[in-house]
Amino acid sequence: MELIFALLKAFLVGGFICFVGQFLLDKTPLIPAKILVIYVVMGVFLGAIGIYKPILKFAGAGASVPLTGFGYLLCKGVKKAVEQEGFIGIFKGGFSICAVGVSAAIFCGLLVALIFQSRGR
Amino acid sequence: MEKKEYLNLVKKISPKANIKKTFLCSFFIGGLICAFGEALRQFFLYFRFEEEDAGAMVSFVLIIITAILTGFGIFRKIANIAGAGTFVPITGFANAVVSPALEFKTEGFILGVAAKMFVIAGPVIVYGIFASIVYGAIFYFVKLIGG
Repeated sequence: MELIFALLKAFLVGGFICFVGQFLLDKTPLIPAKILVIYVVMGVFLGAIGIYKPILKFAGAGASVPLTGFGYLLCKGVKKAVEQEGFIGIFKGGFSICAVGVSAAIFCGLLVALIFQSRGR
Repeated sequence: MEKKEYLNLVKKISPKANIKKTFLCSFFIGGLICAFGEALRQFFLYFRFEEEDAGAMVSFVLIIITAILTGFGIFRKIANIAGAGTFVPITGFANAVVSPALEFKTEGFILGVAAKMFVIAGPVIVYGIFASIVYGAIFYFVKLIGG
């Protein structure tokens, strides 16, 4: 029962964040690439002022899977690194916490390009 | 024709139902991806992964699934229906890396695959990291002054 509730919360919050993206896409002249950038920067900002953490606690993957969650992750990483390592942490925290995601994407990108044939345009 | 009349006419003719449908689809499919992510997260937590590692594993699995679906050309079909529902979650980031990598294979592995890989994901990383550095710097100096 608790599991179903957690899934439902993730579904609703994640769906809503995507819905807002669709709204920006259809109702404003923003293109997807710009929306993604806005989402990540918003994630960092909302994390910095402490709004994103409670949302994440409530919705779990519903808040961490959308790209705002990626932004929040960067924010969290840099905060932790500064706390532990001081000045150098400013330039270290962001990359080290998103390393898994970015490395996985690079690895998959190269592998898929090796295995599959491009379908023309 | 007055501008107002024209706008009314446009409003009347444009396909309303379709817009409603894309909104619904983006909400529904985006929500489903997140719910699937949550199921994965619970799975990893159940197997005693740390909170942070469980999150990273969720991203990892979603990225791999997206890469495979992109390779087979299935992701594009889902994305056509779901719009922001697929590109706002981490699946969109993965697709933004994998799709151009495959697309530009014909231009070689250096200037094609590797260079084009970051045509969309690059800006996301650049501004994301930049924002994190700005925040990190503010946090550092506030801490320094505050004690």
